[in-house]
Amino acid sequence: MKPFEAMRIAWEAILKNKVRSFLTMLGIIIGVSAVIIMVAISAGTEATIQEQITSLGSDLVFVQSAMTRGGPGQMPSGGLVYDDAAALEEGVSGIVSVVVEQASTETIKAGNVTLEDIEINGTTTGFPSVRDMTIAEGRYFNDTELERKTKVAVLGSTVAVELFGSTNNAVGQYITVANTRMAVVGVFEERGLVGNTDFDSRIYMPITVVFQKFTFNPFARFMGDNIRMIYVEVDPQANLDTIITQIELLLAKRHNVTLDEADFSVTTQQDIIATQESTTAAFRSLLGWVAGVSLIVGGIGIMNIMLVSVTERTREIGIRQAVGATADDIRLQFLTEALLLSIIGGLIGTAVGVGGSYVFGAVSDMRTVISAGSILLAFGSAAIVGAFFGYYPANQAAKLDPIEALRYE
Amino acid sequence: MTPRHTIIETIDITKVYGMGDISVAALNGVSVQIEAGEFVAIMGPSGSGKSTLMHIIGCLSRPTSGQYILDGEDVSSLSNAQLAGVRNKKIGFIFQAYNLLARTSALRNVTLPLLYNHGASKNIEKEDEKAHSMLELVGLADRTHHQPHELSGGQQQRVAIARALINDPVMVIADEPTGNLDSHSGEEIMALLHKLHSQGTTIVMVTHDPKIAAHTQRTITLKDGLVDNITHNGKDHSEEKAQHETI
Repeated sequence: MKPFEAMRIAWEAILKNKVRSFLTMLGIIIGVSAVIIMVAISAGTEATIQEQITSLGSDLVFVQSAMTRGGPGQMPSGGLVYDDAAALEEGVSGIVSVVVEQASTETIKAGNVTLEDIEINGTTTGFPSVRDMTIAEGRYFNDTELERKTKVAVLGSTVAVELFGSTNNAVGQYITVANTRMAVVGVFEERGLVGNTDFDSRIYMPITVVFQKFTFNPFARFMGDNIRMIYVEVDPQANLDTIITQIELLLAKRHNVTLDEADFSVTTQQDIIATQESTTAAFRSLLGWVAGVSLIVGGIGIMNIMLVSVTERTREIGIRQAVGATADDIRLQFLTEALLLSIIGGLIGTAVGVGGSYVFGAVSDMRTVISAGSILLAFGSAAIVGAFFGYYPANQAAKLDPIEALRYE
Repeated sequence: MTPRHTIIETIDITKVYGMGDISVAALNGVSVQIEAGEFVAIMGPSGSGKSTLMHIIGCLSRPTSGQYILDGEDVSSLSNAQLAGVRNKKIGFIFQAYNLLARTSALRNVTLPLLYNHGASKNIEKEDEKAHSMLELVGLADRTHHQPHELSGGQQQRVAIARALINDPVMVIADEPTGNLDSHSGEEIMALLHKLHSQGTTIVMVTHDPKIAAHTQRTITLKDGLVDNITHNGKDHSEEKAQHETI
């Protein structure tokens, strides 16, 4: 029997049992479309994260407080202080600007609306620029207000909507943060989730106000006000590694610590990207395994039905053997049938997977990116699964004794 | 008239089923000879070994001992694949239950053996042409695209006969060819076999029906795995008799 004849016979056999053929393919269809959709989702997620990280603002170095010096049972101490920022700007070459951030969690009221556990961010005037935030209404606070500790606030869009019903009538209103009454001077445009940070559910104000009202420290006069983070915007032309080393050495000297016991950490965009990449890689391989398992289950489905089919067609096999089919002919016939089933299943699965990815991307918040690689992967594994799980039933068919097979009722 | 030569020669064939203590001998040393162009019946009560002999003659199984020479070739110890090749090229089967492929046209059933004609060059048009002429020979030229379930029992058996002949076999083995048919269709099939025989086809027919066996030239009767007796029927005479009976 020649391959094209085997294909024709397999095709006819599939057509003769349309419903059964479809049910057999169902496992493969689900498996292949699952692989494509899942890879599309994880690729979409990855692309989104990549974009968000890039949109954090380029050429940023994050210096964060890490309170390592407190022993067990002791109050943590140390970390960054407000004056470190100015020292960095002055002492490190290649820095374009420095923005400081300190945060607290407070209850906010406006009229009869109360929001609990809202994060308030005290920052300096450069904040919208380094974090790529755009003012939708009003303005951000200015240097004068920062210096004079003026009680003004800029709202994230979610907070504005929750307090005032919409983003465009908040400016000019007053809110009460803990016990402090503040004027709303601006509202940010919606920013969405960046990583796992929701910039829209926060409010922003001069960091000096935060120091005075919300993170008041009686020793600040001697030690300086603690801050959470310094954003350092560096000159894109400058050598990043050199700047990081300068920052680390300067801060270690100021804090009187060695680099090994530093109470701060320096992170770059690249570090964050690497972390995110390893997370999404894990996510992707998890999805891959799930989809792979469903492909294997699909293969077992094919094997099952093919075994049933061999039993059901015992007499047909006997007839073919009587007129001269060898074991190889019979094996080829059933193997071709299994292969053809999984290839057709793979094609349908690809169509369903690509279509499903589009639909999923359109109706849900998640983004999907379809890659040719995932289609090839899914399709290839379907064919391999078909050949692998088709071999055993085909071999069973080939081993039948012609006399027994002809007698089979 | 085709030149006389021996198509089938079995020499002291035995067939033992099972192993060790519970083995059962189906054939205890059968030696028969069938010449080219003969129409022979193999008869015997059930358990006599006639099916076993038919399977060996039909190359569906091998003898436990003894020799089987088919068309001048010793096939007693060929491999399964080689036996399949012999079945394909030298033997045409006609079964009691027709054994056509379901949901497959008469034409495709007839061309089925050509599918396994290894080594032969492929020409689908020629094959179909030949299948057409075979269906014409059995009187079904107008039924080529009918599927088995659309045909009567007699017509199905005719398709099976056309299939048996497609590879120009050296002999046709018919296993109770009229067993599933009413007497009228049965007679038509027997008439067709006679026609083939008159054209020179060697036919070996297995049956338990003495009336059917009487159509042949020679009846080999088996009993307990041995040849019991061989009778010459005087074919021309029996044919006349059959005609008298039907008139």
